[in-house]
Amino acid sequence: MGRFVIRRLLQSGVVLLGVTLVVFLLLQLVPGDPVRVALGTRFDPQTYEALRARAGLDRPLVVQYLSYLGNALTGDLGVSFRSGRPVTSIVLERLPATLSLAATAVAFAVLVAFPLGVLSAMRSGSLLDHAARVFSQFGVSVPDFWMGIMGILLFAGVLGWLPPSGYVPITEDPARWASHVVLPAVTVGLVTASILTRFIRSSVLEVLSEDYVRTAEAKGLRARVVIMRHVLRNALIPVVTVVAVQLASLLGGVIVIEVLFAWPGVGRLTYDAVQARDYPVLQGAVLLVAALFLLTNLLVDVLYARLDPRISVR
Amino acid sequence: MSGSEEKTSRRALSALRHDPLAVTGSLVLLLLVVVGVGGAWLAPSGVNEVDVDRMLQPPSWSHPFGTDELGRDVLSRVLVATRVSLQVGVVSVGIALVAGVTLGLLAGYYRGWLDNLLMRCMDVLFAFPVLLLAVAIVAVLGPGLLTAMIAIGVVYTPIFARVTRSGVLSVREQVFVRAAVSIGASDLRIMRRHVLPNVAAPLIVQTSLSLAFAILSEAALSFLGLGVQPPAPAWGRMLYDGRGFVTEAWWLGVFPGTAIFLTVLAFNLVGDALRDVLDPRQLTIGEARRNAG
Repeated sequence: MGRFVIRRLLQSGVVLLGVTLVVFLLLQLVPGDPVRVALGTRFDPQTYEALRARAGLDRPLVVQYLSYLGNALTGDLGVSFRSGRPVTSIVLERLPATLSLAATAVAFAVLVAFPLGVLSAMRSGSLLDHAARVFSQFGVSVPDFWMGIMGILLFAGVLGWLPPSGYVPITEDPARWASHVVLPAVTVGLVTASILTRFIRSSVLEVLSEDYVRTAEAKGLRARVVIMRHVLRNALIPVVTVVAVQLASLLGGVIVIEVLFAWPGVGRLTYDAVQARDYPVLQGAVLLVAALFLLTNLLVDVLYARLDPRISVR
Repeated sequence: MSGSEEKTSRRALSALRHDPLAVTGSLVLLLLVVVGVGGAWLAPSGVNEVDVDRMLQPPSWSHPFGTDELGRDVLSRVLVATRVSLQVGVVSVGIALVAGVTLGLLAGYYRGWLDNLLMRCMDVLFAFPVLLLAVAIVAVLGPGLLTAMIAIGVVYTPIFARVTRSGVLSVREQVFVRAAVSIGASDLRIMRRHVLPNVAAPLIVQTSLSLAFAILSEAALSFLGLGVQPPAPAWGRMLYDGRGFVTEAWWLGVFPGTAIFLTVLAFNLVGDALRDVLDPRQLTIGEARRNAG
């Protein structure tokens, strides 16, 4: 187990190094001078020179990368081309909004997918099973932002039950936060739930066909005991991974939903940075999300190895 | 066409013929291709024909899908935008397929340091959420149809590389590959004639499912204003432009969204049917289902 964790840590370190290289190279791909492009009509020679010097664009590429890497390790991701503020604090300010949305969406998805996936596997071929399969096919095919628009149309426009967009921090007013988070979280959560339902169903079905389940039934255990002790405990091990990976991908993958619902998270920040051609902020947001994604995957792998010791042996 | 290629094609076609959902998906795809090719001729009005006297008109006989905020016919725009979605899907998945298969073949066949290097590069690309990386690439290269296709192609390359590599790793140990090596066949010939046809099945499945995801990604990029640029119509962009009016003009949200949904659903239905037949892991689940039932 110890060796497995060290190996995964080293692998993640190498990948993270690659991630910093890709993020660094993004700025180099900008056609022309990125500072001039970012300043646009606000160009003045003094600001231009100051930003170029601060970004270190006048130095050789290798030196620039090593400097970027060294600064990133100390939490310095440069300054915004627009506001001149440190990128790290700009990105971290937006993180709570994204985390609260992603966590609510995943919680909703688990609440829907868990009973639906387990019941549809246990009653394979039933009406419920067919309904669950239609639901999961619908979820993986529907664009989440379209579902969001339809949600706004119905619940904000026609029924007037929920606000169409906006954000209130949970620390400021939990009730108003909840009313604002429902539509975006359900929109994202339904898509996640459809993926989870499909996965839970397959996982439970696989375990149901195992010899040890047949043995448990043959020795006369009650169905409830077989399901709780033998089927679910084994079937849900891989589900833990999928839930965590879904959560991790939502941290960076809810750009469209955050734009649609004016939710001021990291996704919305990325979009605003793209619109404003504020490349350091774009780089910072992408790097942070990728690092979080890697960290979550690492934690999941370690957790998975702990739940299923065969993994660390492979 | 080699024996294994023929066998794979036969199994794929049989999968599509015998599954009613796959037949439905295939028919929808056929219809989409027809609309994609002939959308401009089928459209009742010009896609950019502005009519300020007919702004935000609800569906009627003259405008079955209504009109948008500039008085343009929504049906015409939905029909013409079909080509954009299919084009982005096919080209971007084509890029991912060619790049991913090449990298996966090289990594799996030669193994060693090349395998390590290429797969670590793929791991790096996998570390980014798909849409985020696509947005970042389009943001630096500049928005537009071509950059959207390149960005989507890049983000889907690692999955093709991994699928190919895992297939190649098992195929290269087979007796017929060793036999080809022993008679002095070149690496290129072995990869092209013996290895690639035997890893085709999972690649067909992956291509079909990736087309669905690519079309969703293109719609998302267009929604963010990073795909096809106005005034050219794209389903995602139509949803973005219409979102401010959707409470008083529901048709601006319903019709372009339904078009995306049906297209993605059709690709998914076909992809699922192909996977049921061509992907052994899915067969195991199928067996489990039968056992449980």
